[in-house]
Amino acid sequence: MNSPNHASGQLAGPMLGNTFRWWHVLASLLLVIAVFFPLLEKNPSHQNLVILMLMAAQLGVAWNIVGGYAGQVSLGQAAFYGLGAYTSTLLFTRLGISPWLAIPAGGLVSAGVSVLVGWSCFRLKGHYFAMATIAVAEIIQVIFTNWDYAGAAVGLNLPMEEGWKTLTFSSKEPYYYLSLALLLLTLCVNWAIEKSFLGYYFRAIKDEPDAACSLGVNLRRYKLFAFAISSFFTALGGSLYAQKELYIDPGSVLQTGLSIKMALVAILGGVGTLFGPLFGAVILTLIEEGSRILFGGSGRGTDLIVYAALIVLIAVYYPNGVVGWLRGFVGRRNAVRVGPASGAAR
Amino acid sequence: MTLLRVENLTKRFGGITANEAISFEINPGMIVGLIGPNGAGKTTLFNCIAGSARPTSGQIWLKDRNITGLPPEQCAQAGVARTFQIARTFTSMSAIENVMVGGFLFDRSVSRVRSDAMQLLGLVNLAHQAGKPASSMTISEQRRLAVARALAIRPRLLLMDEVMAGLNPTEVREMVAAVCKIRDLGISCLIVEHVLEGIMPIADNIVVLDYGKKIADGPPAQVSNDAAVIAAYLGDE
Amino acid sequence: MSGEILFQTLVSGLLIGLIYALVAVGLTLIFGVMDIVNFSHGEFLMFGMYSGFWLYAMFHLDPVYTLPLTAILLFGVGVLVYRFVISRIIDASMLSQIFTTFGLMILFRGIAQFFWKPDFRTVDNSIVSGNVSVLGIQVGLPQLVAGMGAILVTAGIVLFLTRTRAGAALEATAADKEAARLMGIDTQKMFALAWGLGAACAGVAGGLLSTFFPIFPEVGANFILIAFVVVNLGGFGSVLGALCAGLLVGLIEVMGGFLLGPQYKLAIVLALFLAVLMFRPQGLMGKA
Repeated sequence: MNSPNHASGQLAGPMLGNTFRWWHVLASLLLVIAVFFPLLEKNPSHQNLVILMLMAAQLGVAWNIVGGYAGQVSLGQAAFYGLGAYTSTLLFTRLGISPWLAIPAGGLVSAGVSVLVGWSCFRLKGHYFAMATIAVAEIIQVIFTNWDYAGAAVGLNLPMEEGWKTLTFSSKEPYYYLSLALLLLTLCVNWAIEKSFLGYYFRAIKDEPDAACSLGVNLRRYKLFAFAISSFFTALGGSLYAQKELYIDPGSVLQTGLSIKMALVAILGGVGTLFGPLFGAVILTLIEEGSRILFGGSGRGTDLIVYAALIVLIAVYYPNGVVGWLRGFVGRRNAVRVGPASGAAR
Repeated sequence: MTLLRVENLTKRFGGITANEAISFEINPGMIVGLIGPNGAGKTTLFNCIAGSARPTSGQIWLKDRNITGLPPEQCAQAGVARTFQIARTFTSMSAIENVMVGGFLFDRSVSRVRSDAMQLLGLVNLAHQAGKPASSMTISEQRRLAVARALAIRPRLLLMDEVMAGLNPTEVREMVAAVCKIRDLGISCLIVEHVLEGIMPIADNIVVLDYGKKIADGPPAQVSNDAAVIAAYLGDE
Repeated sequence: MSGEILFQTLVSGLLIGLIYALVAVGLTLIFGVMDIVNFSHGEFLMFGMYSGFWLYAMFHLDPVYTLPLTAILLFGVGVLVYRFVISRIIDASMLSQIFTTFGLMILFRGIAQFFWKPDFRTVDNSIVSGNVSVLGIQVGLPQLVAGMGAILVTAGIVLFLTRTRAGAALEATAADKEAARLMGIDTQKMFALAWGLGAACAGVAGGLLSTFFPIFPEVGANFILIAFVVVNLGGFGSVLGALCAGLLVGLIEVMGGFLLGPQYKLAIVLALFLAVLMFRPQGLMGKA
C-alpha cells in the first residue's frame, strides 16, 4: 500500500495493472487486424459494413469529447456533420477546391459555428442546453432545405473522378483506410486531451462546475473548446460521408436521427471512455443493419422497435455502457480472485 | 499590508438584506473565524468574497487589487480559494486527480502538478489515499480533500465553509491540525464555523455576524465575553 | 393581403395555438412534478389520434364523442409507462432520462408502424366537418371544435389542480418533493398521476386533431418540438403559462408562415425558442 496508484476498492492498481496490459495487447491486436482487414475480406458489402462501423465509431468518439468528457449533452451534432459535408462539397463542386483543403475547411466552419452556438447556449443547464442544440440543428436543416445554391431539398452530387487527388474511389478499400485513419486521428486527439490538463478540466466541469469555477477554471472557455473540437471532427466525418456516397441532401446529413445516433454510440459503449464508442458503434451498426435486413424490408417498423428497446434498456439499466459493465465485471472478478489475503478486496 | 479588506459590504436579495455594511480586515498568516447564529449572513458574505455572489454595494480588496464583483474563476486567479459546505469533490476522479485540477491553474505540466498534488495530500494526511476514488471517501476525508484541492491554486486566502460540521472529535482535531499547517505556510484562513470548540482555540480573530450586521470583531477571548454576542446566541435558542 | 385574410389567419393561429397549449399542458405537468422532459410526449398525441381513428373506423363513433374514452385510454398508457419505465430512472442522470424518453419515442413510433402501417389515415365524414361562418369569416368547424375542446380540457386541468385535494397534492409535489413526502403525500402515486394526466392531455389533443389532421406513425414529430417551445416560453411547470404561450406560438407560427412562407414556419418557431432560451430561460411564468 505504498504507491499512489494502489488503492483499495478502486479498479486501478495492481489488479487493473494486469488488466491494463491486457487492454494494450488487445488494442494492438485489433489495430493489426484493422489494417489488414480489407486484404482478408474482399466482399464489398462486408467491407461496407465495417466502414459503417468505423464511421459511426469516429462520430461517437467526437461526440464523447463534448458530451461524455465535458458533460455537455449536445443532441444536435448532425448540424456540424452536415455543415462539414456541405462546406467541403460546395467548395469542391462549385469552386473546384481540392477535397484535401475543402474538408479541413469544412471542419473549421463547423468549429466556428459551434463556438457561436455554444457562446449563446452554454449558460443553459442540462436539458435546456440539449433542447437548444436540437433546435439549432433543426433550424440549420430548414435553411439548407430551402437554400438553392446548396441544392435545397434535391441535394448535391459529387463527381466520381477516381483517385487520391479528389478523394473519390470506385472500390471500398480506400474508403476503408480513410475512415480507419480518421477514427485513429480522432482517437489520438481524444487520448491526448484525456492525458492533458484539458482532460482533467473537462471532467471537473462535468462533475462539479461550481467547484471547478472556484479553482479558477473558466467554464465557458473550456466548454467552447470541447464543443469546437468535437464539432470539427464531426464535420470531418460528414465530409468523409459525402466523399463516399457522392451525394448529400438535408435528409441524409442534417437530420436529428443522426444526432441521436452519435450520442447513442457513445452512451452504448460508455460515456467518457476512450474506447467506449468503438463498442457502441459495432453493436449499434450490427443491430441497425441486422434488423433492417431481417425486418426492415416490410416497412413495418420492427427494426425501429428493436433499436428503441435497446436504447431504453441501456439508458435504464446500463447507463455506463459496455465499458462500464466490463469494468464492473473485471472489478468483481478480480476482487473475488485476489481474496482477503491482499487486504484489498471489497 | 492587510491581505483582505472588506469595506461596507452590503448584499440584498429581493427584499432581504443578507449583509449590511460589513467591514473587517484580515492580515497575512491569520486565522479568522466567522461565526453567528443561523441566517446571520455568513455564507452570503463568503460568496461575495469568493465571487459567486455580487455585492449590492461596498468593496472587497485583496492586497491592492479590487476584487469586488469578480466572477469566481477570477477571484480564484487573484488568490482567493474556497471550500463548499458540501465538499463537491469530483466524483469521477481519484483524490490526487481532484487536487491536480486545482494545480493546473498555474502549471500545465501533468507530472509536475501531480507531484505538487502529492505534497498537498500529505499536508492534509491523505497521501495514502491518493489513488482512491473521491466518491468512496468518507465525509471527513472529502472535506480534507477539498481543502487540499483549494490549496493547489496557491491562494493567499482560503475560505472554509463549515469544514468541521458533523465530524467526530478525532476528525475535528485532524481538521484543526490541517488549518494550522496552512496558516504556517503563510496562507490566511477565513473560516465559517458552528463548531466553536474547533475554531475558538486556533483563531487569531473572530468576526461575529447577526441578522446581517457585524456585532463583534476581536480576539476569541474578548468576543466570547462580549454581551452582544452572548445575547445573539442565547436569543437564538 | 386583405384584412379578412389576415383575420382568418389570426383566428386559425389562435385555434391551433389552443391545441399546442393542451399538448404543452401535459408536458409541463410532467416536468413540473418530476423534472423530467418527456421526449415521447408527441407519441401520446399520436396514440390519441389513432384512438379517435380506430374507434371511428370500427364502431362508427365520431372522434368527438369518443374523446372521454381516448382520455381514459391514454391516462392508462401514461400510468403504465410510468410504472414500468420511468419509475426506474427517477434518480438517474439527466443523460439517462433524456435517452429513456427518447427511446420510448422511437419505440412508440415503431409500434404504431408495426400495428397500423405507415399509411396516412384520415377521418372523413366526421360530424364536425366543413366550415362555419364566425364573425364574417370562414373557419373550419373541426378546428373550431378542437380549439373549444382544448380550452375546456385545459380549464378542467386548472380546476383539478386548484380545487381538488389530489390536485393540491400534485402541486405540492411539484413545489417540493421532499416536503410533500414528509407531509404524507405518496409521491409515487403523484408521479403516476402526472404521467397519466400528461398523456391524457396529449391524447385528447390527438383525438381532437384526428377530425381534420392526417394520422400516421410519425405525426408526433410535428408537435413535440412546438410543445417544447410552448412549455419553455410559458415556463416549465406552469399550466397557465403553457396556455398563454400556446396561443402566442400558434399566432407567431401562422403569421411567420404567412409573411415568410410556410416552409419557414418551423424555423421561425425554433428561432423564437432560442431567443427565449437565451433571454428569458424561465419563460413568461415559470420558476427560474
